[in-house]
Amino acid sequence: MEITVRIAGEAGQGIQSIGRIICRAIKRHGWNLFADQDYMSRIRGGNNSFRIRISDTPCLAPREKTDILIALNRESVAIHEGTVRKKGLIVADEATDDVTATTLRYFNVPIGALAKASGGKSLYENSVVCGVITGLLHLDPDAVVNVLKDMFGKKGEETGDKNITAFREGNRYTRDNYFSDAFHLGRRQYGDGIVINGNEAVALGAVHAGCKFYSAYPMSPSTGIMASIARFAKRFGIVVEQAEDEIAAINMVIGASYAGVRAMTGTSGGGFALMGEGVSLAAMTETPLVVVDVQRPAPATGFPTRTEQADLDLLIHAGHGEFARVIYAPGTAEEAFSLTVKAFDIAEKYQIPVFIMSDQHLADSYRNVTLPDVGALSRQRHVIPTNGQSVHPYKRYALTGSGISPRAVPSWIDDVIYADSDEHTEEGHITEDARIRTLMVQKRFTMRMNLLSKEMTPPSASSLSRTEIVLVGFGSTCGVMQEACGSVSGMNVGYIHLPQVWPFPAEEVRTLLEDAPEAKIVSFENNAAGQLARLLRRETGIACCDSILKYDGRPFTVDEVVATVKERYSSL
Amino acid sequence: MNEHDFESGDEIAWCPGCGDFGILSALKDALVQLGRTPRNVLLVSGIGQAAKLPHYMNCNCFNGLHGRALPVATGAKIANKDLTVIVTTGDGDCYGEGGNHFIHAIRRNCDITVVVHDNQIYGLTKGQASPTTEPGYVTKVQLSGTVLEPLHPLETAIALGCGFVARGFSGDMHHLAGLMAAGVRHKGFALIDVLQPCVSFNHKNTFAWYRERVYRIEEDTEYDPADKTYAYRMAAEWSDKIPVGIIYRAARPTYEEKTGIDGMPPLNQHEIDTIDIETIVTEYA
Repeated sequence: MEITVRIAGEAGQGIQSIGRIICRAIKRHGWNLFADQDYMSRIRGGNNSFRIRISDTPCLAPREKTDILIALNRESVAIHEGTVRKKGLIVADEATDDVTATTLRYFNVPIGALAKASGGKSLYENSVVCGVITGLLHLDPDAVVNVLKDMFGKKGEETGDKNITAFREGNRYTRDNYFSDAFHLGRRQYGDGIVINGNEAVALGAVHAGCKFYSAYPMSPSTGIMASIARFAKRFGIVVEQAEDEIAAINMVIGASYAGVRAMTGTSGGGFALMGEGVSLAAMTETPLVVVDVQRPAPATGFPTRTEQADLDLLIHAGHGEFARVIYAPGTAEEAFSLTVKAFDIAEKYQIPVFIMSDQHLADSYRNVTLPDVGALSRQRHVIPTNGQSVHPYKRYALTGSGISPRAVPSWIDDVIYADSDEHTEEGHITEDARIRTLMVQKRFTMRMNLLSKEMTPPSASSLSRTEIVLVGFGSTCGVMQEACGSVSGMNVGYIHLPQVWPFPAEEVRTLLEDAPEAKIVSFENNAAGQLARLLRRETGIACCDSILKYDGRPFTVDEVVATVKERYSSL
Repeated sequence: MNEHDFESGDEIAWCPGCGDFGILSALKDALVQLGRTPRNVLLVSGIGQAAKLPHYMNCNCFNGLHGRALPVATGAKIANKDLTVIVTTGDGDCYGEGGNHFIHAIRRNCDITVVVHDNQIYGLTKGQASPTTEPGYVTKVQLSGTVLEPLHPLETAIALGCGFVARGFSGDMHHLAGLMAAGVRHKGFALIDVLQPCVSFNHKNTFAWYRERVYRIEEDTEYDPADKTYAYRMAAEWSDKIPVGIIYRAARPTYEEKTGIDGMPPLNQHEIDTIDIETIVTEYA
């Protein structure tokens, strides 16, 4: 069984609050969910929507059609009515919409009036709507009240009580006036876990990994990471600093990392562009650095609140000069969590910049997830540990032959530590010596790239034997690719998802594709250039025969991918 | 500890007679006065002649990017509040390339000391106008004389609420060392703008030119650096008389105090392998 609920209205009407409450409630009733958000770059007005797909099987991506449209304003009916299935339902406030009578297709609820009756404020409309949805889906009102209490608990008892009254009014009205059982969910045991989005997963990963300092400049859609870490900062002794710009943010993080803490910054493409020189500084000074790029459509300001995967080339080449780096491209919240933990480990172990490439779709989409076993994720510090240890004379950039110079922390050893952005000697002093230069480049770049090839996060893939088509993607397309591949009737379609794109897992991809020697390879990307297809060819010699590309700022839906694959390849 | 303990063996690449030598001596002297040990001191610099100074000292050193010393110093101080963090920077590095950080680092008020080698010219790039070059000064780029009005760092700092604003002279090392020691002792952001003649590219503001004009503020026993209005006038005095000394001083809560960093062990000493996120994970259930 599957139901998609879409809540739509103006910015400022509390659509996100309603969505988050319903997501939690659905999860607590034992259902699986995937919720994505479509919102505009404005605080009031416009049209935003929060789409929740509810299923008895795990769901990883959005679907096109809506079963229940909750329209908080007249415009939302006009915009989204076309997505509502024939047997679907449109819920609207009779005070604001053309439709005045409840029919099989329309259910009119006096949302504003019920809210006013509950507390005298339109502010409580959100809670009325939650009550309506609870009624339509036959959820346990008391269980949803507990969600409301968890979410509004901090706002004081009176606000909480009024919200609960409004919720119960909406629920009562629905049970009294809407008699269909079409959307009956009730309690089941299909799904479990917690409800988080990609930004929250990165934040939880950072806290677990021991990140002690997060500095960033607010930029959609990355700000949620800063807000989530800030929420837990006091409890975990973390400092979150809003920097004056992205250049300050990355340099603060480098300073903190040099002084011995795990530190991270996050931004979107424009901010990342400003950080380029800092990335290069981290590489030259061999200071561990973790940066999250939550991509949005560009160039320049682009679409601030929408999604794209066009920063792949930027991240591979960011920062002047040649040096080793790692780029992770998590496809799910689970991967975002575990790869963030790994990013801290790899950054510190190899003293390099590590990037986590997310995007708005992953960052803002909620799912019920079970986080990976944290015990399996290393948090070992890769520094000379003992306080006051005698390391004399200490050479920060010692040429050990291994590609790694043991890293000490200022004041932890009895000698001093020189870090330098100029080319430097083993001691860290400025040099122009040609031989030293060559050895240092080899250490920072080629030797570490070799070491990193043994730390590869492998691609995940469907069974590829006998597949006719193999979709290859990275990052947030993982879920939609996975679901679509299983849904193309009459064709054998497989996928390869790359959670790490640099160093490129060339051997791993080649090995996977050996199972499908006859298959057509198709890159699957949210960009216009087919950046992954070009990277794949460059690193493996394997050419894609086609690319499925989308760059309108919106994520792929399962239905859209299935239709595209059928249309393009069924005659092959 | 004596001055030699703070000396590094690195070869000094400044021009003979450079005003930077006086600053280097004064800084060693100040650290000896303060009783600091090299391993507990961090010198952070960006790019420029001033930014080379940390290499000539036996202290921890982070020589980063042009203009970016302040954010690096901020991050390091946050990570280890017990480090004595000193930034050695120049007029181009701090007031030009890093101008935005200068403004916001003062607002942030971390307990760091900033020593600006202010020679009113670009030394490393061979003699172009800096943010503090006097109007009309001719260079190979500013052929008709510098057009821009100079930035007034001391007045700017006072306006931004900086709790320690001082001017020193690299030709008066003993006095400068005292200012540096006072700046380090001050809890919060301390700015010491140092008049530092560039013997290669600034042919106006020479040692002789300064010696004729510089006087110590302390000679005026009436002067009260807590008086903000008077401090503005003192900061702006730039004529046949130029004051050096502590121009403005006010106690302000530091970033470390306001954020709670002061109340816990240095962040870099927190154990990370015992962190348990289970309690926050359940908040998402």
